Amino acid sequence: MVALLPYLWLMLFFVVPFVIVLKISFADVDLAIPPYTPLMQWTEKNVLAIKLNFNNYEFLFTDKLYLNAFLNSIKVAFISTLLCLLVGYPMAYGIARAKSATRNILLLLVILPFWTSLLLRVYAWIGLLKANGVINNVLISLGIIHDPLTMLYTPFAMYVGIVYSYLPFLILPLYANLEKMDWQLLEAAEDLGCRPWQAFYKITLPLSRNGILAGSMLVFIPAVGEFVIPALLGGPNALMIGRILWDEFFSNRAWPVASAVAILLLLLLVPFMMWYQSIQARESAGAR
Amino acid sequence: MNQRRSIFIISCLAFGYAFLYIPILSMVVFSFNASKLVTVWDAPNSPTLKWYYALLNNEEILDAAWISLKVAVINASGSVILGTLAGFALGRFTQFRGRFTLNAMATAPLVMPEVITGLSLLLMFVAMEQVIGWPAGRGITTMTMSHMTFSMAYVTVVVQSRLATFDTALEEAAMDLGARPLKVFFVITLPIIFPAILSGWLLAFTLSWDDLVISSFTSGPGSSTLPMVVFSKVRLGVSPEINVLATLTIGAVTLIIVGVSLWMARTNRLQKLAP
Repeated sequence: MVALLPYLWLMLFFVVPFVIVLKISFADVDLAIPPYTPLMQWTEKNVLAIKLNFNNYEFLFTDKLYLNAFLNSIKVAFISTLLCLLVGYPMAYGIARAKSATRNILLLLVILPFWTSLLLRVYAWIGLLKANGVINNVLISLGIIHDPLTMLYTPFAMYVGIVYSYLPFLILPLYANLEKMDWQLLEAAEDLGCRPWQAFYKITLPLSRNGILAGSMLVFIPAVGEFVIPALLGGPNALMIGRILWDEFFSNRAWPVASAVAILLLLLLVPFMMWYQSIQARESAGAR
Repeated sequence: MNQRRSIFIISCLAFGYAFLYIPILSMVVFSFNASKLVTVWDAPNSPTLKWYYALLNNEEILDAAWISLKVAVINASGSVILGTLAGFALGRFTQFRGRFTLNAMATAPLVMPEVITGLSLLLMFVAMEQVIGWPAGRGITTMTMSHMTFSMAYVTVVVQSRLATFDTALEEAAMDLGARPLKVFFVITLPIIFPAILSGWLLAFTLSWDDLVISSFTSGPGSSTLPMVVFSKVRLGVSPEINVLATLTIGAVTLIIVGVSLWMARTNRLQKLAP
């Protein structure tokens, strides 16, 4: 009985909307309010005509722009996830091995940026990266460079923005996993003659597998559909699928095309979401 | 730990925290800069509170902040109710019809790209308006309902994980002593999971206060939220007032988070001391 209210709410506002998106992805663009044609119509008495229009999908698969945007989004999300792991793993490891008083402070410092607006934090990078921005000014005054580097509106800026914004999402699940680690295993390995790197590679890394996967999914999945960061830092050529969907909807008012993009993006991401759920289930089963 | 390894780990931590905090600190510093060229330090006239006054007299930003505040408070309160119910059902009952679906529906919004959630909710509201005539147009109501849908997922996770460490013997004892289930919930369960509910409320508030994408899809004319105004300003270039806004946000967040953490650490200690 307790579950009834949230269950109905999520059915109505989370599941049913996807059915409607699916429906509209088969409609035609129309100069009307709302700007698409109805799917079903009573053409004559007792005849319900259902018209499924596959043009939107055909359009997405034949126009190179969309295919490239999908591939580029996956590439950007994948590389960002790797970069997050590279920066985040040592941090999560360091926090998990710190003394408990220091650990709480370090953890709080990871959580704090997560609570401040993503938009404002992305905005901060504009001030740092632009031609007369902080980084260029510092480098020029130190005499390291003479002409400002072009950093803003490049793929570099976009990667920095994504890694920066999603880093806490990777560190927190990874930390939760590493915190449960029995460090005596490492000591045992070293006593038996393992070098520290070997011990890390053979013991810590495999045991933290679920933490790595859960954190990576929390970065990868939303990053594929990211809109704000490519829009503000990526420049006009940053082809990301989230941005295409936004432009189709807001600039072109092509609701059916935007819906078809959403459905394809969802189909792409559902396997990863299911994988994430199974990792989570394994993690909590292991904890008990 | 041996020394070489700890030096490596400490430098990684130093690099990571510098990466996380340099952008934030630069916004705080430049919010006191007199120059309109945001990143060029105007030494003779700085530091100054000029942009703080400018922000406090900016009607557009203040109006948007008021709308954001209303949406965030209603959203947080609604999400806490829905999320606590869902978290309680999932955390306490291991077998009921629809558990699998509820679990999937309650965790999917955590990773769902915002553009998809935003678009699907908007199309849903348009279809509802066509069929039942409600909600008429888009605005604060549709935005709040959308925010609740993704915020409750976070509350659910927080409440559920708190219940995982809950000693059910306390509830059983209360029931053995004759308390009815509803009374047990309000007298025993609720106070113990209260810290989780509080964190859930704050989290839901923040998510709503910061949301740009879902609000853009589901808002209507005259209901621009703070992030929407900031986004349109930032697209036109950097503005010193945004640095001020960022500084005020960071200040408020730091105060609240540190305050709540200290309070929770204290109640945890007291609970451990109690027999």
